Amino acid sequence: MCRSASGSIKKAESVYPTAKDIIERTLMPSPEVINLGYEAIADHAFNSDHSLLAVARNNIAELYYDLGNSFEFGAALKGHDRKVTAVDINSQNEIVTCSQDRNAYVWKAQSDGSWKPTLVLLRINRAATSVKWSPNGLKFAVGTGARVIAVSYYDEPNDWWISKHIKKPLKSTVLSIDWHPNSVLLASGSTDGHARVFSGYIKGVDTRPEPSAWGERLPFQTLCFDYVNDSQAWVDDVAFSPSGNALAWATHDSSIFVAYPSGPDQPPLAVHEIDAVSLPYQSLVWTTESQLVAGGFDCFPVVYEGSQSGWKLARNLDDPKSHKDRGQATEQSAMHMFRELDLKGTQNESTLLPTIHQNAIRTVRYIGTNYKGKSGPPKVSTSGDGKVVIFSV
Amino acid sequence: MSQSLKPYLNAVRHSLNAALCLESFGSEIVERHSYPEVEAGNDPLALLNPMYISRNENEGVLIETSVNSVRMSLRVKQADELERILVTQFTRFLSRRAEQFLILRRNPLKGYDISFLILTTHIETMMKHKLVDFIVEFMQVVDKEISEIKLFVNARARLVAESFLVPFYQ
Repeated sequence: MCRSASGSIKKAESVYPTAKDIIERTLMPSPEVINLGYEAIADHAFNSDHSLLAVARNNIAELYYDLGNSFEFGAALKGHDRKVTAVDINSQNEIVTCSQDRNAYVWKAQSDGSWKPTLVLLRINRAATSVKWSPNGLKFAVGTGARVIAVSYYDEPNDWWISKHIKKPLKSTVLSIDWHPNSVLLASGSTDGHARVFSGYIKGVDTRPEPSAWGERLPFQTLCFDYVNDSQAWVDDVAFSPSGNALAWATHDSSIFVAYPSGPDQPPLAVHEIDAVSLPYQSLVWTTESQLVAGGFDCFPVVYEGSQSGWKLARNLDDPKSHKDRGQATEQSAMHMFRELDLKGTQNESTLLPTIHQNAIRTVRYIGTNYKGKSGPPKVSTSGDGKVVIFSV
Repeated sequence: MSQSLKPYLNAVRHSLNAALCLESFGSEIVERHSYPEVEAGNDPLALLNPMYISRNENEGVLIETSVNSVRMSLRVKQADELERILVTQFTRFLSRRAEQFLILRRNPLKGYDISFLILTTHIETMMKHKLVDFIVEFMQVVDKEISEIKLFVNARARLVAESFLVPFYQ
């Protein structure tokens, strides 16, 4: 599977770590693993000071509170009756969840520690797939299987959230969305292979945005950018760069695209396609203007670096090749041996993957350079199987 | 393991590994439902191209992939009448227990002996790499089992025939 760069093929043969690996391992703080059981995690989100961790699991969203050295279960947000597909927290600690039952709720903490849901009128008739707060925290966007994107904002007199729909030209399930830092532009990726940028400008909520390379006049639903890859592979995730002047997206044919716009109604300056030598990525984030972290079915995050002139694979985080020993460290007891002999008729060797995550990474989130009051290298958090892992990049 | 079996199983393993990149996906047709898209088949955008891997003309694997499910159909080697009977009996034995055998499909696809239907939930609860290991091991064991039973049946037939014919010798 791995037709990796020619230099690393030799390394794969050797069980022993190279000098470079050792230096990297000693310099890099080891990843922090938050074990939250065995059930798969569809999505996770930290609040702005990382004291609260929300995790989407089956029909509920679970909240975990930071107690200094561990995350403890705090509350379960129950209200959805089908799989919760996404969760996000804004700067005011409001949590939004959306689910395949066509609903979304905004949860606010009450003074007694409970969480109260507020109704969101999404007006959709199919599953909600993804949700993201705008950076200013005043509205959120929901990608749906109903071939629309719902942009929701708070309606004070009625105490609920109402939505406006972006309909055209969506013709398929929207798998992923992301906001531009100006809280007006909205990127989406869908199963028809299109990555698009829309305007999510809402009168009365937003102030008029500064003109950018994506467009100057931006009434609601303006299509600012549209790109379809040759293989029309599903776009699993989209992400704006920190400045908002570049857009990256990951497709199911194991590629990552990075696009730099030139100006309104003009072809983009550059669209780079990076052919990954791995299984598809499910999620990607920008850490800086020149660095991307992606995670997916390989179960370990990968760092890409580049600029407008080109992008390439920089390194793997939690590289399975440098942890060959980890997979072997299974149970060695006699009881285990006989149980294996009894169940399978063989004395099975290792059944663990050499990576920390034992299953596909579903979400990668950018934490920042400041985690729990300590500044350091930029960190990302990943989830998928029952763990949330925090990696230093 | 014979020389040609190993590359065949390797090809199946790698193809499965690539095919089993599944995610949760709500139906675009029916509200509040999530169907295995490969079975429903009414959403062309949710389907990928099927793959067929064959070892020879009467042995092969068909892997059909969609966004949230994979259907894998297996054709087991059947060289003669006896093997055909053995395979039918064996797959019938398994198919009847499909309820316990979570990933097994009750009826095989037409033209195949046994079909698996793997969903996102299976991947999440049973671990993808272990499922792939299991299926490859299953293919290997079925092959071995069938040839072993065939030998037993032949040996038994010889024994029975001999003891049946003993009176005529005297």
